[in-house]
Amino acid sequence: MDIGLSHYLTVAAVLFTMGVMGIILNRKNIIIILMSVELILLSVNINLVSFSSFLGDLTGQVFSLFILTVAAAEAAIGLAILVTYFRNRGSIAVEDINMMKG
Amino acid sequence: MTPFSFSIAHSLPEVVLAAGALLLVLIGAVRGEGSGRLITELSIGLLGIAFLLLFTELKGKALIWDDGFIDDAFGRFMKGLALIGGLVTLIMSRDFLRREKIDQFEFPILLVLATLGMMMLISAQNLIGLYLGLELMSLALYVVAAFQRDNVRASEAGLKYFALGALSSGMLLYGASLLYGFSGTVSFQGIATALHGHASLGPIFGLVFLLSGLAFKMSVAPFHMWTPDVYEGAPTPVTAFFASAPKMAAVAITLRVVMTAFPSITSQWQQIIVFISLLSMAIGSFAAIGQTNIKRLMAYSSIGHMGFALVGLASGTQTGIEGVLIYMSIYLVMTLGTFAAILSMRVGGVYVEKISDLAGLSRTNGTMAICIAMLMFSLAGVPPLAGFFSKWYVFNAAVQANLYPLAVLGFLTSVVSAFYYLRIVKIVYFDEPAPSFDPAGPVLTGVLVVSTLLVVFFAFMPAPLLSAAAAAAKSLF
Repeated sequence: MDIGLSHYLTVAAVLFTMGVMGIILNRKNIIIILMSVELILLSVNINLVSFSSFLGDLTGQVFSLFILTVAAAEAAIGLAILVTYFRNRGSIAVEDINMMKG
Repeated sequence: MTPFSFSIAHSLPEVVLAAGALLLVLIGAVRGEGSGRLITELSIGLLGIAFLLLFTELKGKALIWDDGFIDDAFGRFMKGLALIGGLVTLIMSRDFLRREKIDQFEFPILLVLATLGMMMLISAQNLIGLYLGLELMSLALYVVAAFQRDNVRASEAGLKYFALGALSSGMLLYGASLLYGFSGTVSFQGIATALHGHASLGPIFGLVFLLSGLAFKMSVAPFHMWTPDVYEGAPTPVTAFFASAPKMAAVAITLRVVMTAFPSITSQWQQIIVFISLLSMAIGSFAAIGQTNIKRLMAYSSIGHMGFALVGLASGTQTGIEGVLIYMSIYLVMTLGTFAAILSMRVGGVYVEKISDLAGLSRTNGTMAICIAMLMFSLAGVPPLAGFFSKWYVFNAAVQANLYPLAVLGFLTSVVSAFYYLRIVKIVYFDEPAPSFDPAGPVLTGVLVVSTLLVVFFAFMPAPLLSAAAAAAKSLF
């Protein structure tokens, strides 16, 4: 079987959906949200790199390098905020993020 | 390839801000703890210089930095608004930060970096520039939301903002990747050319994802759920910043993307904009009614106002864009004034934020009471005040574009929203007095009075704003 562009796009779409579902359905742990965010960003990278390769245009790969860099910064900031939250609250369960409602 | 000096000249405010922010980090690191005040003053100066440079630089339109960055009248207008938002909130935040003991030097630097991100975002001319500007803005905002590290509500606000913000950037990126794949280019003009005549399902999918990511940053429904919690939990000056500057940038880039990259599929994005605009106007009006916390109320109010602003975009005409620009400028003034009032709410050295704390303010502080009343009337859109004209321009554009249902429903929701603004006026003037506030200091009173005067007297001299908005809207077409 030939592996074409649509296969790559399908994989990326599945990963993206898993990432979004992981954020929305997850009730347990905030670390899982961070993992889901990484999943989403990497699915976008698969999309960009496969488009780039099939179009014969380098821009997509440049874009995906930028995304990798920003994703690292984003993860660092997310973990830092998570640590301050844990120090104040003593828990990182998603159900406990409920100080403000309405 | 444009000459290097030409590029620098056209992006001078950004270059100055970027270099200045790095220099401030260096000064802060060398001087260590206790340099917060100095760095705050320097940051105010830096933002002021960037603001002045916006108006002294070359006129006209310039596409620079490998066509990824555009300098035009529209960009300068919106950058001016974003800089005013950043500058005024930074000036207002000094007392608050000192009293709450969070006046570290990182705070002003983060605000400068966020403002730099907004300016990059406003000028973005391709998807990579858009993403980088957006992330520079958002990453700084995540940190300042959680800046009060020992406060559980602030860190919860930061966490919520981060999780939902990261999700929204992910959606935006997915949309960007689809647009790149189906049009073969990341530049907005290139996308417009590729989509011309035949729009398949792929790019429309990309457009939907891109718009939902941007809707998150504008905090319009159905992507508004972070707004009330983050506004309530974050320190008040940060909330003031969130309500003013990033909104300008998010609206600006939405206008730019939609008008430059998707002019050929107007009917597709128009449906989306009409839908999110109606939904935010409704949620902003109805959900705010039961609120008791004034910061939370302002969150719903801002959701509603973004809905009203998007009415102008929904019309998709030059008049509509002009309406949005006028709306955003007046919204900025009203928001900064209201937050100056909220920052003045301090009883016995403790900051309070319940609406009931304002009770009977007219008897304890007449000036503040009349200013709050005028700002609330203006936010509600009562005729002689500026808030009425801002709504008038966007609804007028919608009617001209034959969007009658949108204009009528928008008008009805603005009547509903008048209820909760007027309730504040009633509490201020007719309730039994609550304990009086501590003296506010000249800065907050100054911001409050100036914004009230601007709102009241806008009707007598609208010409400068109208002509600037017209020129800015024209440069987008």
